[in-house]
Amino acid sequence: MTANADVITAVQGGFPAVTRRPSSDHPACNVPATDAIAVLRYLRDVESYDFLTDLTAIDWSAEKSPRFTVVWHLYSSTKHVWVRVAADCADDVNPSMPTTTELFPTANWHERECYDLMGVKFEGHPDLRRILMWDGYPHHPLRKEFPLAGIPTDLPDAEIAAETGIGLIAAPMAGGPFVSTPGGPMTEAEPRAKDEAWSEQSEKPTNA
Amino acid sequence: MVSSHTDLAYDSKIEGDVVVTKLDSAINWIRNNSMWPMPMGLACCAIELMAVGASRFDIARFGAEVMRFSPRQSDCMIVAGTVTYKMAPQVRRIYDQMAAPKWVIAMGACASTGGMYRSYATLQGVDRIIPVDVYISGCPPRPEAVLDALVKLQNKVERERSASRLFTA
Repeated sequence: MTANADVITAVQGGFPAVTRRPSSDHPACNVPATDAIAVLRYLRDVESYDFLTDLTAIDWSAEKSPRFTVVWHLYSSTKHVWVRVAADCADDVNPSMPTTTELFPTANWHERECYDLMGVKFEGHPDLRRILMWDGYPHHPLRKEFPLAGIPTDLPDAEIAAETGIGLIAAPMAGGPFVSTPGGPMTEAEPRAKDEAWSEQSEKPTNA
Repeated sequence: MVSSHTDLAYDSKIEGDVVVTKLDSAINWIRNNSMWPMPMGLACCAIELMAVGASRFDIARFGAEVMRFSPRQSDCMIVAGTVTYKMAPQVRRIYDQMAAPKWVIAMGACASTGGMYRSYATLQGVDRIIPVDVYISGCPPRPEAVLDALVKLQNKVERERSASRLFTA
C-alpha cells in the first residue's frame, strides 16, 4: 500500500501510459481507455481503493476531440482517501468504454445513468438500459448540445399519447433557468431568471 | 348537513318517515360527504398530503379520510407532486381506471404547471393529460389549502346536475 500522495507514481510504475491529471483536491490521473480496467483493478486490489463512490462522464462539447471523458472516483475504506481516474473515449460520435461492473457491482447503475444521460456505451455491461428516461427516448439529455427545455418528442406510451393527443413540449423557459444568486440577504435569494427581458407574455428579443 | 336553522330541520313528528328533496341534492350530498381520495403521491407534496390525513388537520372532518390506493374504489385523485413524462402515462392510466364520477385536484405548483421544473423531463402541468377540477398553489401547499380545495370541490359537486347524468356519465 502506498501513501495517497504517491499513488499516481505507483500507478505509473505499472502503467507507463498513465499521466498526472491537474486536480485541486485528490490525486488524479489520466489513463488510456484500454488500460482503464487494469488500472482500476490495480487500485482496488493493490492500493485498497475498494469503493467506487462515483462514475460519471464529461462532455467537452461537440467541437472538441476527444469529446467524452469518463471519470471514476475511488475511495479507500481503510485509508479514508479518494483517488480520481479519467479516461477519454476514443470515438466522439458513439463513445464507449469497457464496463467496470465486474470490479465494482455498484458501477451497474452508475453506468446505466451515464449511458442514459451522456450516451456513453459501456461494453460488457450486463444490462445497459436507460435508468432515468424511458426506453426508446431518442436523446441523451446531459450532452452539451441538448437544451434544458427539452426537444419535442412522443410520450413513452403510444396508447396514452393517442388518447390525450399530447407529446413532450419544450418547457417554457421565459428567460430561465431560474437560479438564486449566491450572497446577499435571504429575501433576495428567490430564484429568478437571469434574463428577465422576455417572458411568456413578451417574446424573446432576437438579435438582428 | 350542519345548519343553525333548527326550526327548518326535519321533524319526524310532523312529517312522518318521508323526506322530500331533489334527486340532485340527494346524490350530491352523498357524493360530497364520502369523497374518497386516490392519493397520487409523486413527490414532496405527498408528505403534506399525509399531514392532511393525520389527526392535526384531519381530512375526515370533510368525509374524505378513506385514502384508497385502488383506483376502482376512489372518487377524487389528488395529484401531489411532480409529474415526469415517464410517469405521465401511468397517472393517466390510473385516472382511466377510476370509476365515474371522478374528480381531480392538482396539488402544488409542480402538478399544476410543472412548477420550478422547466426541464426536458417534467410534464408542464398535469392538466395536459387529465382534466383538473381544482388547482392548489404552493410549494408545497399548506394542509389547510388542501382542505380548502376539497371544500371548493365539494361546492362544485353540489352544483352538478347529477340526476340527469346518472345514466350517461
